Amino acid sequence: MADFMQLLVAGLATGGIYALVAIGFTLLWQTSQTINFAQGEFVMLPAFFILIALGTGAPFWGAVVVGIVVSAIVLGVLFKHLLVDPMIRHGVLPLAIATMALALFLKEAVKDFYSAEAQPFPPLAADINVSILGATVALQSLIVLAIALGAVIALQLFLNRTQTGRRMQATAQNPTVARILGIPVDRMILIAFVINAVLAALAATLVTPIYLAKFSNGEYLGIAAFIAAIVGGFNQVRGAIVGGLLLGVVDNFAAAYLSAQYRAAIPLLLLIVVILFRPQGLLGRLEERTV
Amino acid sequence: MNRRVLGVLVGLIIVMGLIWAPFWLRPYGIYILTLWAVTTIAAIGLNLTLGYAGQISLAQGAFVGIGAYAAALLTTQGWPLGSAYVVAFITCFAVGWLLGYPALRVQHHYLAFVTLAFSTLLYLVFRNEEWITGGIYGISNIPRPSLFGYLLRTPRDFYYFCLANLALVSLAAWWLIRSPWGRAFVALRENPLRALSLGVDTRRYTLMAFALGAGLGGISGVLYAPLVQYIDPTPFSLLLSLNLLLMVIVGGSGYFFGPFVGAVVAVLLPEWLQSTDKLYDALGPLSDVLRTVLPPAALKYVAKHYLVAYAMFVMLLLVFSPSGIIGFFEKRFTATRKTDPPTAPTAEVKVA
Repeated sequence: MADFMQLLVAGLATGGIYALVAIGFTLLWQTSQTINFAQGEFVMLPAFFILIALGTGAPFWGAVVVGIVVSAIVLGVLFKHLLVDPMIRHGVLPLAIATMALALFLKEAVKDFYSAEAQPFPPLAADINVSILGATVALQSLIVLAIALGAVIALQLFLNRTQTGRRMQATAQNPTVARILGIPVDRMILIAFVINAVLAALAATLVTPIYLAKFSNGEYLGIAAFIAAIVGGFNQVRGAIVGGLLLGVVDNFAAAYLSAQYRAAIPLLLLIVVILFRPQGLLGRLEERTV
Repeated sequence: MNRRVLGVLVGLIIVMGLIWAPFWLRPYGIYILTLWAVTTIAAIGLNLTLGYAGQISLAQGAFVGIGAYAAALLTTQGWPLGSAYVVAFITCFAVGWLLGYPALRVQHHYLAFVTLAFSTLLYLVFRNEEWITGGIYGISNIPRPSLFGYLLRTPRDFYYFCLANLALVSLAAWWLIRSPWGRAFVALRENPLRALSLGVDTRRYTLMAFALGAGLGGISGVLYAPLVQYIDPTPFSLLLSLNLLLMVIVGGSGYFFGPFVGAVVAVLLPEWLQSTDKLYDALGPLSDVLRTVLPPAALKYVAKHYLVAYAMFVMLLLVFSPSGIIGFFEKRFTATRKTDPPTAPTAEVKVA
């Protein structure tokens, strides 16, 4: 039982990180029909921004802020203006393929121009354990979970309680009507891109102390984000949260109780099963299929 | 001179060049050219699935892997390579057919991720099932095949063998595209609902497009194993599937010659950039001009970071010409000469 609790908390912590990445993924899809195959690389890259900032002698939290701001500009604003805007008129699939090329570009650029080796990354908390309900849990996991949940709640409040948030929801639901009502649709989409970049940078801060900073980190994180989004339901932020947490828990239990070699296979099988039998996701609404 | 004659002439010159090339290339150059032929076969297969039938697949690299392991396992046990062709094609065809089933239910990015998941799962199998694949240690000493009792040991002999394979695959693909099947594929890509209402069995053709594309991926793998003579799971990771997809897009998906051009950019170009120094020497008086316009050192730098440059190029190409290099030139060509309007076969599918 103690083992179970420990795995559960660790799983929820990983899941919280997946949820952050998956939320951004669904935001981009909802507001601009962008399927970002580089989503994993969007988490990999900010870790290197932070490392570069640390290299100049900045304190850790200062470096994190720099990393988040640079990410918002590069992975939010520039990504939208330089790649998404020119590509979206060609259709959903060509844009998706362009983001695959972007993923390759970011990964190889970091490998060639920074380092091919895993780089150490400062931990969020001292390596100590705390005891909850008789189970020993790493303090790091609790902090990760708290920050991830905090970010998700803040985002939900922003989307539901502020005017800008509601305008973004209107843009996602029906861009044409939103435009008629005087909502600056393009700016709403830009905000979604910036939010995605900020969430990715935040996820990078949380996940990199565990995985170390490596150019290939995005490969699995990108798939995980997509699985979380699909499993939860692609057209809802709520779905991405549930999907992310579920995937994190499944991931950790699979690693503990099933073969280590096929640990990575479990989430993939989950993805295939959900796509085949419930493509709208566990919480999702069915999207009208149009031709 | 009309366009068709010009096209045939250019084609003949290229074919002559491919036949002559091994006489003035060193073994490494011949190896790269063979790799180009082998890669092109896989890309032709993916072009059937993606370019003609409009079904995105991120699993072509996995099928190359199945073909390569089939060839490696059979030929190291003393079976002839011919048996590997049969086993690889049938296996890939069947698995491709099964992989087509998700395509009946989901489209676009969903399909991309299902095939991506399949590709990653198969990679895990290659790596973990040591009893059959040798795991990370791989399979070594894969023999070169013999043809009518003649062992194709030298790089040049094996190159001609692969070139002949490429020619046969190209002819088969050419015939297929012009057959009613090929037309059904295009109908499926352009408007599945209309195709269905016109009596095209879209279900069967979707599965067929996946199965045939996968089968050619298998053939490519059957040639890859004896080419490199040692295989491990690394080359068949998701990166290969991604590369093959980008190759088809770069060349021009839905164009017959798209995969050939795409494979030139992905396989041959980095090597050419690497060795421009020698290339310039051969050009004599022109070389000084070329050296200042395109300095070999700069090209070498690009070659060193080729994947970065390549990915950049793909993004630019997609922005300015989503129908790839061939589509780009076709647009230029038809803009200056008044010929039939192009059918503009691109992979894009509009979503309302």
